[in-house]
This record gives sequence, C-alpha cells and structure tokens, in this order.
Amino acid sequence: MGRKTVLHDLHVALGARMVDFGGWDMPVNYGSQIEEHHRVRREAGVFDVSHMCVIDLRGPGVRSFLSRLLANDVGKLWKSGKALYSCMLNESGGVIDDLIVYYQGEQWWRVVVNAGTRDKDLAWMRRCASEWQTEFSLTERSDLAILAVQGPQARSRVASLLETEDQEPALSLGAYEARECGLWFVARTGYTGEDGFEIMLPAEEASSVWQALNAAGVASCGLGARDTLRLEAGMNLYGNDMNEQHHPLESNLAWTVAFQPADREFVGRAALERLRTAGVSHKLVGLVLEERGVLRAHQRVIVAGEGAGTGAGTGVGATASEGEITSGSFSPTLERSIALARVPRNAVGAVQVDIRGKLLPARVVKPPFVRHGRVLVDL
Amino acid sequence: MSQVPAELKYAKSHEWARLLPDGRVEIGITDHAQQALGDLVFVEVPETGRVLEAGAACAVVESVKAASDVYAPIAGTVVEGNAELAATPELINQDCYGRGWLIRVQPDSHAALDALLTPEAYAAVLASAEA
Repeated sequence: MGRKTVLHDLHVALGARMVDFGGWDMPVNYGSQIEEHHRVRREAGVFDVSHMCVIDLRGPGVRSFLSRLLANDVGKLWKSGKALYSCMLNESGGVIDDLIVYYQGEQWWRVVVNAGTRDKDLAWMRRCASEWQTEFSLTERSDLAILAVQGPQARSRVASLLETEDQEPALSLGAYEARECGLWFVARTGYTGEDGFEIMLPAEEASSVWQALNAAGVASCGLGARDTLRLEAGMNLYGNDMNEQHHPLESNLAWTVAFQPADREFVGRAALERLRTAGVSHKLVGLVLEERGVLRAHQRVIVAGEGAGTGAGTGVGATASEGEITSGSFSPTLERSIALARVPRNAVGAVQVDIRGKLLPARVVKPPFVRHGRVLVDL
Repeated sequence: MSQVPAELKYAKSHEWARLLPDGRVEIGITDHAQQALGDLVFVEVPETGRVLEAGAACAVVESVKAASDVYAPIAGTVVEGNAELAATPELINQDCYGRGWLIRVQPDSHAALDALLTPEAYAAVLASAEA
C-alpha cells in the first residue's frame, strides 16, 4: 500500500481509479481522463497534489542560502508575494529537482518540491545548509494539503469560496504571485498551461473545500489529465524530461538558469559554464506525430544527418543521428500524438519515430503546443 | 464492478471471444480491461489473412496512459479487423462487447473455445485480482 493524502477516501468515494504515483496512492481519473482534460482547458478542474512537498524556510539566512542553492536567481524576488521557478542542480549541473520558491518576506520563504524527490531534496538542502553554515529553520509542512484549481473559470470559482475581504486581493494576484488568505496560501501558479490557483491549506479542510469546489462547478480531475495538460503546455516532468544525468541546457530550461549577475556562485554554475563553452550537443524539443499512433517515452527518434536525402552521388547516406522521446502521449486538444524529445542540436523539421519497429513520420516543433486554450503549433 | 456477459468465453489476459452464427469468432477486450486502460486513443489491428497462434500478441490498444498488447485467445486466421476503430477507438470504452470488437477470426478448431474461461471462471479471476 502506498502513502495516502488526506483526500484519499474522498477520491475513492468519488469513483476515482487509484494508482501508484511514486509511492503514493493517487487518483489517475474519475471516469474519463480526456473529459477531465477538456474541463480544465474549457472551464475548471481541481487536482489533489498534496503528495508534493511544502517546505518553509524561515530566518535571515534564507536569501543567501537559496541564492547559492538554486540555478535561477532569487535576487529577482524582492516584492513580497512573488514566486520563481527554478532547478536545483548538483555540482555537475544535473538536475536534482525543479521547484517553485515563494517569497513572502525576508524571514519567510516557501519552497514546493516534487513528491518523488522529497527525501533526497530535503537531505540535499540540509547538507548544503550545514556545509555553508547558514542560519535558518527548515520545516516540512505535512500538515498542509495542496489543491491545484486550474482552467479559465478556476480563479473566479475559488474566489467564491473565500471570505469577502480576501476575494479582491486574491483575484488581483498576478501570474506567479501568492498571498495568504486566512489559513490558506493562494498562489497563481499551475502546471496545466491554463490560468488558476494552487491552494495550500490545512489538511483537515481539504475534503470540504474539494466538495465545495465541485458544487461550484469545478470538476474533480486525476493526475492522468494533469500529465496530458502539462505536456500540451510544454512543461517538463522531473524524472522524464530532465534528471541528474541531464542538465537544464539540454532540457529546454536554459531560460531558468540565471548566469547574470556573473558573480553569483550557485551550485552547478561552473559545470554549466564549461558545457556552454564546449557547446551543448542536444536539445529538448516538441514533436507532433504526423500519422495515427501514440508517441511514448523512450521511443527512438531518427534524425536525418546533414545532406541526407539529397543523393549527392556517393550512394552513401549521410550519417543519421538519434534522439529519444522523454514524454509522449495523445493530446486531447490537438487530437494527435505529441511528445517532448531530446534530439541532436541540428534536428529541425521532419524526423522519424520508431514505434514498435515501424518508422513513423513526426515533426519537430517548439513547445508549448497549447496555452490558455489555444493551439500554438501548426497541424 | 465490471460487466461479464454470460454468452461469451474469456481469457485470463482480459480478452473475450464470441462464436458467431457463421462459425467465425469475434474477439475483443473485456470491460475490466477497458476500465483499467482508460480512454482509448489508438488501436492497431492485424491485417486480414494473418495467422494467429493462441496466446500470441495480435493487436495493440493504446490509451492516453499506455500501450497494451491484446493476445489471441484462440488460434485462427484473421478475416476482418474492426475498421471503425481507426477513427473512433473510444467505441471500445463505450461498447467493448459490441461495436468495440477488435477482430473476427476463422478458428483453427472450435474445440479451442471450450478451453477458454467460462463467465463464472473469468469473474472469479477478476474477484481474486481485486481482493
């Protein structure tokens, strides 16, 4: 039996199909994953992501600690309530985890990390804190549940459940901003490519809030739909699209690495600078399958070499090179199969994917595939 | 609870077989299987004329989550694949024992059907898996 969130019994009562997600017993869907996906794109849905790990960091030393710990620069966080997406790297530039850090004041920062990496993340943070002799407290908030309410109608429907005096401030949060509303921590963040809130709240309130959201027209959604939504949104999944063996520069995450200011020393910086100077050989791209079928993680991507297909008279094909799909699925919005794939840097346009021994044509595109309900790639 | 129609025969790997009036056998996946897979988005059926051995992978059904092989419950020759599934794989979710059938085969031997699980035996397989 896996670990359970506080909402487990409610999921079962709502008819969820429960499966193992990294040691947690979680709802994959409540009937139809595709319907849940569409509800989020078109209206609003709620996901239980209480298996993720909330860590509060308090004390005067937090800013300098995070400045050294994270590849993105917490120096960008100066206004209370702002949040930042970042990778946490090891010394070789590999990704230990990706996370969101919420800045609530110089003495209080909140970090949310992935469920499957919680133990190694906490161990790494504690080790760095002790090595760097920074002074602060680190508290895992297992007393909180996390509800991700996502979709074009999500914010207004959440607001209807808030105290009157909290409604306007919550609705005026900008993207990647958060505030406390009573005992709730309401953040305008998410993992679906739609607008919405992620709410961290006392675990004992979670079931009644979930049911109130259902009553307000917010559909219960499983982690299956969460995965197809994030894939359409071109958002990486830790463990699939990047990990300790794959650094941000080959994972479409260069935008999250703050090399400026040049004098900020962060873990992994030296390694990434060496890689950048030497030239990064691979990149993470989007793929759209041109035929029927479904792209899946670990399928082989065949990229024609330079000059391939031009028949330059040698009779010898130019060297083809290979890449690999890191995440793939059927896209309910595009009604096509899409994927993220790590391919050689020169790959553009047409490629082939090996699906059970058959080579099917696919096309390299720039993610995201879908944002805010709109399709962003040519079909 | 998943449905297990009384007039069909079953395989442990969650396929069903129906003897048609003309002697051919229709094959599909069970309600339990379609529920476990979730929304189906792609189906690959074998070509007409392909010879199937009992227990061999004969089709692939893919849901949003994953790809799964379908195994031939009996030996025979494929006489028809369900062409409707190419455009509407969700027929398997909607009507797995009817319009969501996968293939029709000419069986090598009708006796092979008798060796398949009865509805009661298949229901017992499901019950023990869920216990």
